Amino acid sequence: MREIDAKEITRTVSRLFQEACHYLPEDVLNALKQARQAEESPIGREVLDSILKNADISAREQIPLCQDTGDAVVFLELGQDAHIVGGDLYSAINEGVRHGYTRGYLRKSMVSRPFSARVNTKDNTPAIIYTDIVPGDSLRIVAKPKGGGAENVFRQTMLSPAQGRQGVLDFVVNAVDEAGSNACPPVIVGVGIGGTVEKTIMLGKRALLRKVGEPSPDTETAELEREILERVNKLGIGPMGYGGRITALAVHIEVFPAHIASLPVAVNLECHSCRHKEAIL
Amino acid sequence: MVKKIRLPLTDEVIKELKAGDDVLLSGVVYVARDAAHKRMIEALELGKPLPFDIKGQTIYYMGPSPARQGQVIGSAGPTTSRHMDSYSPRLLAEGLKGMIGKGVRSPVVKGAIEQYNAVYFAVVGGAGALASHKIKKSEVIAYEELGAEAVRCLEVKDFPVRVINDAYGGDLYQEGKARYRID
Repeated sequence: MREIDAKEITRTVSRLFQEACHYLPEDVLNALKQARQAEESPIGREVLDSILKNADISAREQIPLCQDTGDAVVFLELGQDAHIVGGDLYSAINEGVRHGYTRGYLRKSMVSRPFSARVNTKDNTPAIIYTDIVPGDSLRIVAKPKGGGAENVFRQTMLSPAQGRQGVLDFVVNAVDEAGSNACPPVIVGVGIGGTVEKTIMLGKRALLRKVGEPSPDTETAELEREILERVNKLGIGPMGYGGRITALAVHIEVFPAHIASLPVAVNLECHSCRHKEAIL
Repeated sequence: MVKKIRLPLTDEVIKELKAGDDVLLSGVVYVARDAAHKRMIEALELGKPLPFDIKGQTIYYMGPSPARQGQVIGSAGPTTSRHMDSYSPRLLAEGLKGMIGKGVRSPVVKGAIEQYNAVYFAVVGGAGALASHKIKKSEVIAYEELGAEAVRCLEVKDFPVRVINDAYGGDLYQEGKARYRID
């Protein structure tokens, strides 16, 4: 049994959110630079130049990449042989969010009573936390600020099994088409296929945590990713929707077995400011 | 060709703008997003004045991150304009001339843009650090309790925007997509 101090978790969560909001991951930067090379539209290239310049200013001057520093989403992988001491796990995480969003001058975007008064909670809590129990004695923490613009264009459907691969392809391409400029393209397309209603949504969201452009290890899935990306980039939406070739930087699909009666599909888009940061305690 | 425009917008300047134009705005811009729009419309319905004289003005849909010591404003990129679609026609009728945000507007808003000789600009979303460099002054002027959603008065210098919807029904999102779509 290994002990992990709750205070250490708080400090880590605070640091991860601050870093995530100021530094784009290397794989995202590389994908954006490649997109800049490939884009044919002059306006599209200008947009990509602005995005790259923004990343540079953000890191140098500690101004968040985007004013929407998101909901604080936290993915945990907790080793079954680890023991949290000195406080409870979720309180420690929320304390980290509170500290990080205040200390890092990040925008507090959470409102309570969302369908009526919409009162800002003033510290960006509560965090949205997902926990997996895994073998081992460490704790992996992934901090993912999720902006509202791309989240709002989420799509899910329960296809008939008869619709199969083609049904999935058409649904995903259509979801990106409908999202258009609202999702801040070029986007990363996270797709979940299989499971139940909630499982497929989680698959689609987790797919966004993969390194941008890294194909699925499963050949059949990787082929579907390639085909969807090709079709998405024929839509013409382009960077920020001003017209162009690069509408998506990548398509990531996660698959899980499904019920004999169902073919669930979820599409979660991530804007070009694909922010996440992780640590292992 | 970049067009440099001094705010407030005039009818003549608006008539010369076309969807796709690259524009640098300088002068006063008001900031309001979802919650502030709701309050402004409620004020109008009660016959109360708006927090600023809207005639001829431009509103930027934005909720900044907090400024650090020595900064005018934090990250300051656009929010999705669609959230303002149900409020915008009323504000255009009151004399609003320019809107700055990102993303597609509803057919009703596009119609109102033509009807009132107005213009809708977009800023690159997710590039709020870059945008903040063009903001020279920022002051909260109303609804302070809304925090990031308070109404602000900004002074901008060469603030880079793109004309999306012009006063003639032009729409860069539709035109750009049609140009690059492969069937």
